[in-house]
Amino acid sequence: MKHLLLAIGAAVLMAGCSSAVKLDSVPVEDKAGTTISQEGAEGLGRAVGKGGVTSVDLDKSAQQAAILAGPRIVYFDYDSFVIKHEFQSIIETHARYIKADKGRKVAIEGHTDERGGREYNLALGQKRAEAVRSALGLLGVVDSQVEAVSFGKEKPAAQGTDEDAMAKNRRAEISYR
Amino acid sequence: MKTGLTNVFLNFLRELALFCTFATLTVPVLAQFRVEVSGVGLTQLPIAVSAFRGEDGASQKIAAIVQADLERSGQFRGVDTAGAALDEVTRPDMAVWRQRGADSLALGSVTRLVDGRYDVRFRLWDVVRGQDLGGQSYAVIQADLRLAAHRIADFIYEKLTGDKGAFSTRIAYVTKVAQRYQLWVADADGENAQSAFTSPEPIISPAWSPNGSQLAYVSFESRKPVVYTHDVATGKRRLIANFRGSNSAPAWSPDGRTLAVTLSRDGGSQLYAIDAGGGEPRRLAQSSSIDTEPVYTPDGKSIYFVSDRGGAPQIYKMPSMGGNVERVTFAGSYNISPAISPDGRWLAYISRVSGAFKLHIMELASGAVNAITDTSADESPSFAPNSRLIVYATQQQGREALMTTTLDGKLKARLAGQNGNIREPDWAPFQKQ
Repeated sequence: MKHLLLAIGAAVLMAGCSSAVKLDSVPVEDKAGTTISQEGAEGLGRAVGKGGVTSVDLDKSAQQAAILAGPRIVYFDYDSFVIKHEFQSIIETHARYIKADKGRKVAIEGHTDERGGREYNLALGQKRAEAVRSALGLLGVVDSQVEAVSFGKEKPAAQGTDEDAMAKNRRAEISYR
Repeated sequence: MKTGLTNVFLNFLRELALFCTFATLTVPVLAQFRVEVSGVGLTQLPIAVSAFRGEDGASQKIAAIVQADLERSGQFRGVDTAGAALDEVTRPDMAVWRQRGADSLALGSVTRLVDGRYDVRFRLWDVVRGQDLGGQSYAVIQADLRLAAHRIADFIYEKLTGDKGAFSTRIAYVTKVAQRYQLWVADADGENAQSAFTSPEPIISPAWSPNGSQLAYVSFESRKPVVYTHDVATGKRRLIANFRGSNSAPAWSPDGRTLAVTLSRDGGSQLYAIDAGGGEPRRLAQSSSIDTEPVYTPDGKSIYFVSDRGGAPQIYKMPSMGGNVERVTFAGSYNISPAISPDGRWLAYISRVSGAFKLHIMELASGAVNAITDTSADESPSFAPNSRLIVYATQQQGREALMTTTLDGKLKARLAGQNGNIREPDWAPFQKQ
């Protein structure tokens, strides 16, 4: 229901700007790596009474910054959605982080290599994203905090047609919003 | 086979002779696109399209556009017209044109009117019978000179083949230059492209509405795939599907009232129908596999789609409101991107053959399948509204290109226009004139 309202709201907004066809002016931010300001924003949002004190623990924010700056990409084999053992620790690290902050929204963005059709690859990327979302769910992350989306083959991490480049493109990125 | 080859050779000799005769006067009228002819036994009607009187003073070379259209259809071969100075009121000397090897002859003129518009007139002659096959005239503004040329090609095509021409229709496609994605609407020959939408994020899967006024597409502008419809004339956009997860693969029902889409909101990529005005999606099928790339049949009764329910992607068919699912493709382990011809006779799709992605065509009545390209990264086939050509994206020498092909694969043309990455073509329907 909430999404429907959002969708309607967005549709109304879109309908309102009939001539605004160009989207170049709408920057798309990658919010990974903006921990410090996120922390700050959260601090401000808290109900703090007069004379109250909000505790800022540099150790804790440094730790979180380290998580966000650390590995957040899970790589997959060709035509596979199986999360390999070597990526389990990345998923566990992020699961702990997401669970510790119930206000955090995270998108899992699935990607494929360049072989095959755009729409079918979009569906394959979706399967990878959903595999990571399920793995997070098994570790106790609430579904409502995580959205699995796909970019298919539209956003390769590496250019090139060799296996090396393609292996870098078959991935799911944990992206904080 | 042998006779076919002999004919080709004889034709070649004849053309060589013609070439020698007119070599000094020959103008490369086909510079704007490249035609690749393959296979033997291709029967093409030889037609002479003489330069229109007065076209040197106009911004478009009408005769060259007409001839290029006709040749791209695979059904015509241009005959050299060098040295001819004729127009629609001339009664041509048929013997001369018969000698040049033409079966038909198009003559015309372009005249600037007092109000600034152009009066484009032409007449078509049957050279063999010495018969006037009729003509037309169009008063157009300068921007519509190409359109007038395409209409002339449509007239000639219909007169001589009996089928409706589709040269005056449009094609939508997407380009990517640096980090800039653009959705274009161009003439069916790739020329005269106009930008409909520009975004810093990918745009895929444009699909024309049945009345040719709107495009549905997938835009990643909000960092996820979302389906929009877009009125081409006004630029007005409407958000159709922005549900949790991915929203993609829009396909219009033939009555224009419904869009079939792929949504992952309930987990997995699954098929839904949504009112073209937006609203709550209705689920069309339920599977634990990928279901995507829906397309309606022209009668609106069925949907073809791609599913990996059998372990690998194949094309399936089901009633358009959902129901019993039938498998359509059986050969190969990767068959995707179905397109149904507007006459309902053909299914075009992409099949992976030894690691190469190739455009295939299936005759639906018999199930007979042909691979019709020599390229290895074909994508996104779409039929011309007269069902006689297919436009598709591919790669040539590592670069993206848009091509048209006849259904038998014998004649291909690379569409003119854009440099850089070009993909996702969709051929618009016939439009009311």
